[in-house]
Amino acid sequence: MALLQLSEPGQTPDPHARRIAVGIDLGTTHSLVAAVRHGVAECLPDDQGRVILPSVVRYLAGGGRQIGVDARDAQADDPENTLASVKRFMGRRLADIAGADKLPYRFVDQPGMVAIDTRAGVKTPVEVSAEILATLRYRAEDSFDDELFGAVITVPAYFDDAQRQATKDAAQLAGLNVLRLINEPTAAAVAYGLDNGSEGLYAVYDLGGGTFDISLLRLAKGVFEVVATGGDAALGGDDFDHALADWALAQAGQRADSPHDKRALLVAARAAKEALTDAEATTLRCALQGGELAQPVTRAQFDAITRPLVERTLAAVRKVLRDARVRKDEVQGVVMVGGSTRMPAVPAAVGELFGRAPLTNLNPDEVVALGAAIQANALAGNARDGELLLLDVIPLSLGLETMGGLVERVIERNTTIPVAKAQDFTTFKDGQTAMAIHVLQGERELVSDCRSLARFELRGIPPMVAGAARIRVTFQVDADGLLSVSAKELLSGVEAAVVVKPSYGLADDEIARMLQDGFASAEADMAARSLRESRVEAQRMGLATRAALAADGELLDAGQRQAIEALLAELDRIAAGSDHAAIDAAVERLAEGTEAFAAARMNRGIQAALTGRKLDEL
Amino acid sequence: MQLSDDDFTLFGLPPQHALDAAALAERWRALQARVHPDRFAGEGAAAQRVAMQWAVRVNEAYQRLKDPLKRAAYLCELRGVPVDAHSNTAMPAAFLMQQMAWREALDEAAGAAAVEALDDEVAADEQRRLAELGRTLDEAGDTAAAAQQVRALMFVARFREDIARRLEALDA
Repeated sequence: MALLQLSEPGQTPDPHARRIAVGIDLGTTHSLVAAVRHGVAECLPDDQGRVILPSVVRYLAGGGRQIGVDARDAQADDPENTLASVKRFMGRRLADIAGADKLPYRFVDQPGMVAIDTRAGVKTPVEVSAEILATLRYRAEDSFDDELFGAVITVPAYFDDAQRQATKDAAQLAGLNVLRLINEPTAAAVAYGLDNGSEGLYAVYDLGGGTFDISLLRLAKGVFEVVATGGDAALGGDDFDHALADWALAQAGQRADSPHDKRALLVAARAAKEALTDAEATTLRCALQGGELAQPVTRAQFDAITRPLVERTLAAVRKVLRDARVRKDEVQGVVMVGGSTRMPAVPAAVGELFGRAPLTNLNPDEVVALGAAIQANALAGNARDGELLLLDVIPLSLGLETMGGLVERVIERNTTIPVAKAQDFTTFKDGQTAMAIHVLQGERELVSDCRSLARFELRGIPPMVAGAARIRVTFQVDADGLLSVSAKELLSGVEAAVVVKPSYGLADDEIARMLQDGFASAEADMAARSLRESRVEAQRMGLATRAALAADGELLDAGQRQAIEALLAELDRIAAGSDHAAIDAAVERLAEGTEAFAAARMNRGIQAALTGRKLDEL
Repeated sequence: MQLSDDDFTLFGLPPQHALDAAALAERWRALQARVHPDRFAGEGAAAQRVAMQWAVRVNEAYQRLKDPLKRAAYLCELRGVPVDAHSNTAMPAAFLMQQMAWREALDEAAGAAAVEALDDEVAADEQRRLAELGRTLDEAGDTAAAAQQVRALMFVARFREDIARRLEALDA
């Protein structure tokens, strides 16, 4: 941490000062949890020593559920109630899901997000993901024998706002405090870069089970700058399985219509694909209702069948290079991430495009979780001074609807966050007193081709002739990627604002209902937990403020110092009580009361950065 | 150091068009390493709010300084001649003729190779114009002429965006 050392080594004031924070890779096919222990990031194993948790949840007769390996192994036997690859459905509607008819699930096309009917009732992808996250949370809590402070969860860089919000909702359901969602390729770069001490421009090619991401990052002195990012949120290893399965059926002249056959065929195709990683030829074997399927396939045939999928990834790579105005030969290294990059044709094609062999020295399954753990450790305040800073970008452009159903872009994709941008608009009718603000995400020019994020109205504009009003709309995206939009009429001063929660994310009352339905954190005593959290936060804020006063107290005059000390004393008094809401309020009052002090200290830090002096010389 | 300082002051750079891109990027990272909200993760809402304001301001200045065209427009504004691209669209006839010829070439281009060749030609013209703009600002000190050159370059930049969209469509 830059301006303030919370506790010197060896004089840690309380056992909570080191917060336990984990990184979670919530993957399409499998998920992992990692944490920094003794200064090193490592994946946490389950009680049988396995770090990989298959992202599969099976709802059992009688109310129980299986999560992970047992569920995965039961897929073909109980396809309708065994949900795999739900990451592809997060924040999506049925119409968004390509190839839904090939899947064995009973989809429920509800507004907002698709759901799946199981013997345990209708389950949303958010609830299924929460089961996986809760399993990893318990694993981490068992490893440390303590509660978690929070988690960094990774998402594909190309996830839009709805998919990110759905991921956050799942974490909330699982009782996790989300410190940050970070992009998978960025996490991989963190793990890779810190491991190798590299500097320069790197491309991260991340082909997972269900998503493809390509990111360009510049690494310099512990700062990871995302230069550009792109990809396809619906392209991954699963598509290679589907392509091979379709081909095998056609070759053999057989059909797979029942849920069991569909799932069994996909499992067999996946096994054949994996066999072809090392072998030149294999046979895809599967017991279908119409008889045994046994289709020989060579690696060359497989490569030919799946070449269009690889080509789609290469097109996305070229687009990102163009976006970043970077030539291929400027890229110093290409990092391969995701289990699907084990298919030999993938690194070969990527190597050919860049004219250099890709780097594959880290375990592609673990690297994302490890990077997330390193960032979690930094965000929890545990990392050493200046160790790591991620400068991320928004993956998709943000804009507003204007006349004629067109989109006016306000913030372009690949802009570094945090960012704020304002654009002025005017009224188009005489006497117009309200203006509708429609916030959109996407690269297309028509409103109907972009995703709608939010709508609100600016009312109370004084009647004027058309074109006289000056309405300034401000977009702000914070370091978490959360968008807020405000509109203000500059002549009269009327304003309106909204924090964007996508219209198809889950409403807060839906989350409350799911929590009440006895989900992951049901047995936890919520009230006691809130009180404990509030007290820890009060203690930390108190410590931080006292340390700041000790370090930079001369920035304050006597009256200002007295006011802050009064707030500190009040906080101590209230924190000794047991009203968590009152403690939160006192923390907030202290935060507000120290804002000017924080600004003054920030200015001092800036000066130090500009003059190139180290802080300890101040 | 104030949030309201101009971009050049904020980055400790001389207010001119010529600029060392590597030094700018390094300065940006040094500033973000000091002000980014993640650096204050443990310090509560007040520090977060202030850090956010600074990080936004630093990013805004960096975006403007990094782009040679935006940097030029900003210099014109600082020197009292706003570019006013919306209200001031008058362009020399020769420039408009060239624009039309390019647009025709883009319409007629068949295949990615032809579009990329056109882009190379336009990019070369853009580079030549930018170099001239730099001399107008830093050597001649003629802000009014520079503002006119900025407006012309905005047309060129917009045309290159159209080319990029066309290339994307060809890739899809």
